Amino acid sequence: MFKPVQILADWIVYGVFGLGRNTLAGGAVNFFVFDTIKIFMLLAGIIFAVSIIRTFLPPSKIREIILKKSRFSGHLWAAGLGIITPFCTCSAIPLFLGFIQTGIPLGVTFSFLVASPMINEVALVMLFGMFGVKIALLYALSGFIIAVASGLIIGKLNLEHLLEGFDLSKRIQNVAFGAEMPWPERLSYAREYTKDILKTVWPYVLIGIGIGAWIHGYVPENFLARWAGADKWYAVPLATLVGIPLYSNAAGVIPLVSALTEKGVALGTTLAFMMAVTGLSLPEFLILRRVMKMRLLFIFFGIVGVGIVFTGFLFNYVMK
Amino acid sequence: MKKIQILGMGCAKCAKLYAAAEAAAKELGTEYTMEKVEDIEKITEMGVMMTPALAINGEVKFAGRVPSAEDLKKTIAEAK
Repeated sequence: MFKPVQILADWIVYGVFGLGRNTLAGGAVNFFVFDTIKIFMLLAGIIFAVSIIRTFLPPSKIREIILKKSRFSGHLWAAGLGIITPFCTCSAIPLFLGFIQTGIPLGVTFSFLVASPMINEVALVMLFGMFGVKIALLYALSGFIIAVASGLIIGKLNLEHLLEGFDLSKRIQNVAFGAEMPWPERLSYAREYTKDILKTVWPYVLIGIGIGAWIHGYVPENFLARWAGADKWYAVPLATLVGIPLYSNAAGVIPLVSALTEKGVALGTTLAFMMAVTGLSLPEFLILRRVMKMRLLFIFFGIVGVGIVFTGFLFNYVMK
Repeated sequence: MKKIQILGMGCAKCAKLYAAAEAAAKELGTEYTMEKVEDIEKITEMGVMMTPALAINGEVKFAGRVPSAEDLKKTIAEAK
């Protein structure tokens, strides 16, 4: 599928730049050029497509769908619809209030809150581009299961008394709007959104692929296996912790991690790291503090964190 | 008179939408008032879960994005 891109990259690197085909520099630069072109093509295409779908499913429409579901299938739908909803820390509160106050249970709301940032199109495209379709799907599936499971657990714990800051017992009507757009508007929305995202992520992607290409070319094979191989028990929890503060850099982190995997970091460790980067974020934690008591926040982060670590161990064990 | 409300808790995009909506209304030459809705409970009550959002005479027209100048003008012109 990306053969023309490889031909183009070969031409640029070996033809235009005149680098030797079998030199370290040639390999690294070729890797960089090929990945950059491929990733940006994928990002532009997929973000555009997801944005179009999104115009049919604004949050108010999603809320309406979830409201109609029974408790259990509500979790599944909430996690599924969370995937296509863009997550922005500044929207976390209105989204949260908007769900709770129309009567969506707390646990179901959490399923949505976990899935929305963790499984997003940028992370999936990067994973697909750097690791292939199998890993991208594994990531999406495990994220989905973590979202459903954490929501179910939080629902079972009956933690409504740990909400604060707003009158959450107040009930508001679901107002649905925005789903009926003429096509030109959908297209212009998708174009704008794609441009916006590309504008924010491109430096991270370039830096990530750049450092990744350098590692790919210069770091010896299996160099990292000694410290982060599948047999090192501490690698997964450590990777999860390190991932928490890296939220906004998900686009740059993935190419980097892909290079590290090649050098011996176990796959489960990598997946756990990426889930922590996208799913557990410090700014989100601080914002949610406005609606939740500290205890609920810790329970929330704890459950999702344990889910991530568990997933990491599972993959390390299965893939060994 | 069209009451244009910008809903959002002071994010960068909210300011952008405010300026864009005002510019569009001015260019159209319609009579209008601008209002910022920053109270989060008011925002969710209007059904908005993605900010910034724009409402005209109490009816939400856009949420979660800053539409293009043409889209803004069209929406403001067509609003009753």
